[in-house]
Amino acid sequence: MHSTHKSAPDTAPPPASGLWGWLNHRTGLDNLLRSALDEPIPGGARFAYIFGSGLLFIFISQVITGIFLALYYVPSADHAHTTVAYITKAVTAGSFLRSLHAYGASAMVVVLFLHLSQTYIYGSYKGRRELLWLSGCALFGLVLAMAFTGYLLPWDQRAYFATAVGTNAVSEIPWIGESIKRLMRGGTEMGTLTISRFFVAHVFLIPAFIFALVASHIFLFRKAGAAGPVNEDPYHPKQKAELFYPRQVLMDLSLTALLIVGLGLFCFFVPMQLGPPANPADAQYVPRPEWYYLPIFQWLKYWHGSGAIIGVLVIPTLLVLAVIALPFLDRGIERRPWKRPAAMGGYTFVVFTLLGLGLRSQYLDRHDFGVAQQLAKQRSEEEEYSRKPFEPELSSASLAAANVALADPLAAKGKTLFEGQSCNACHGDGGAGTAAAPALRKTKFSPDQLAELFKHPTAKMNAGGMPPVDLPPDDMKALIAYVESLK
Amino acid sequence: MVEGAGPSEDGTSKSSASELFVASRRSFLGALLAVGGFFVGALLSVPLIRFALFPLLRLTTELKESSVGALTDFSSLTEPVMRTIQIEQVDGWRKAVSEKAVYVAKGRQGKLLVLTSICPHLGCTVPWNKEKNQFVCPCHGATFAADGTRVSGPSLRGMDTLETSVQDGQLLARFQYFRQLVSDKEVIG
Repeated sequence: MHSTHKSAPDTAPPPASGLWGWLNHRTGLDNLLRSALDEPIPGGARFAYIFGSGLLFIFISQVITGIFLALYYVPSADHAHTTVAYITKAVTAGSFLRSLHAYGASAMVVVLFLHLSQTYIYGSYKGRRELLWLSGCALFGLVLAMAFTGYLLPWDQRAYFATAVGTNAVSEIPWIGESIKRLMRGGTEMGTLTISRFFVAHVFLIPAFIFALVASHIFLFRKAGAAGPVNEDPYHPKQKAELFYPRQVLMDLSLTALLIVGLGLFCFFVPMQLGPPANPADAQYVPRPEWYYLPIFQWLKYWHGSGAIIGVLVIPTLLVLAVIALPFLDRGIERRPWKRPAAMGGYTFVVFTLLGLGLRSQYLDRHDFGVAQQLAKQRSEEEEYSRKPFEPELSSASLAAANVALADPLAAKGKTLFEGQSCNACHGDGGAGTAAAPALRKTKFSPDQLAELFKHPTAKMNAGGMPPVDLPPDDMKALIAYVESLK
Repeated sequence: MVEGAGPSEDGTSKSSASELFVASRRSFLGALLAVGGFFVGALLSVPLIRFALFPLLRLTTELKESSVGALTDFSSLTEPVMRTIQIEQVDGWRKAVSEKAVYVAKGRQGKLLVLTSICPHLGCTVPWNKEKNQFVCPCHGATFAADGTRVSGPSLRGMDTLETSVQDGQLLARFQYFRQLVSDKEVIG
């Protein structure tokens, strides 16, 4: 007698023709669209419900901009910073897209907070919505993990030191903290392996979980139905329902439009800065996390020594567990916030504590002269670096060639001969090899064998166009020293 | 926990009265949203497309011009002189730097030429032979005149000239490799 899903039997879709009709006949797209849009909302459409679809929009935007950024980005300590600089300084619209991706993370955290607050204040987690709440909690954690892992990838000073502090904070967890830190870093120190790990987490692992959880979150939402306003029964909605389409869709789209315009203008006029490349030896650098991590950053400052375990582990764990277990603990049917003083008190306390911690951190930074000065210096260094034109990275072949010249005077003379005799025309710069002739690096021949081959090339070498090398003995020696030195 | 079934029971059945009117109004709004969505999507994809097509629209693997020397150095040239130039090959976000030997010579009507020292026969470096007043390749004996034109030997063409330009009194050349063993100059990279 009861059914949670109706397939609209009274209003069969008019028989469409043409391509759309054929496609619809094969796929049932029209029914799918109908069931997506005909979600009933008890009590009608409201602006309070717009945040979920706003989050979905930002997530899709992050996926798209992320894929495009990956066209140029290289996850390694050698190239990460150069490629991000290339994106922001050289590639058309690169600064804009990178800003969209970076600021999108902040927007995600803001809208996520609003979505969570609305769900909490409206008591929308009540009425058989435990799994919906749990999947939301997991998504919350994953979004924060995305923000954390993505922050390192540009490998500038800010990214490097913020992540060094972040991973160090993890090591404060008793017993297993140190091991987790090493697992995250891929060793005891931060380096190119850390980038690889963060990249894999940021681009493959976490997004896969987010896709799966977003799907189940939406599925569970549709299964449980919209909770409606605060005076609605969470189990058996009684108020007149309005369908999702059109009014709620339009309200949701107004947030999307606001996000597009807001983020677009912000990214265009205040593009994300890129600081100088990470310099682990810089002892002066004062690391600060992104704004949404400031409360945790400030919180951890208060806990040191023997009592640290309470602040670092016990209190945060209890808080997280309380949030996760909320729909199991709070089973009352009452949803009106003014009738739930404990729940609202707890919410207000946590929000104001987080806000207070964040503001306190800002206040301390402004009022410590040394720190304020250093932070200002770091900001101006970032602005200065961002203004400088893009400088391509010197390829390893040119570096090898340059290094040889510096190391050994005989080999340096050989290098001049190598280029003067145009050996590099076929064997490449630094003996790297070309289509015309093989590489000469890491030769397996001894100096005597090389001298013999140079003076009397084999038939095969002759056929490939290798002429006999006719040089005075000293020059020959230098040339051989150079070829032997090629790594 | 046995309180009946799902909460989405209401709603769908109640809205059947003005079905036709609502349906037509909804389909108009739907069309409007579809068109609006299409245009917003198209607008948003502009920076994405520009970003992705950047390497096609701009030269990202350009070979920069290298300075050969000040023009005044070559004003009273009586015979070809060798110069080592630094060439910078840009490849996306990286570049390779290397050094190459070139000759600056006077062509007909006193025009300055920059010749690569790579023999167009098989790629040996061709030195200037003062006594013979010719370029003589040490490998297979190809000879070239002071302006690089072919005189004798196995080479099928004269020495290759590089593209040059003058900027702020500096002679600039664009270094390139050319195919060997052919009679026409052909760039290979």
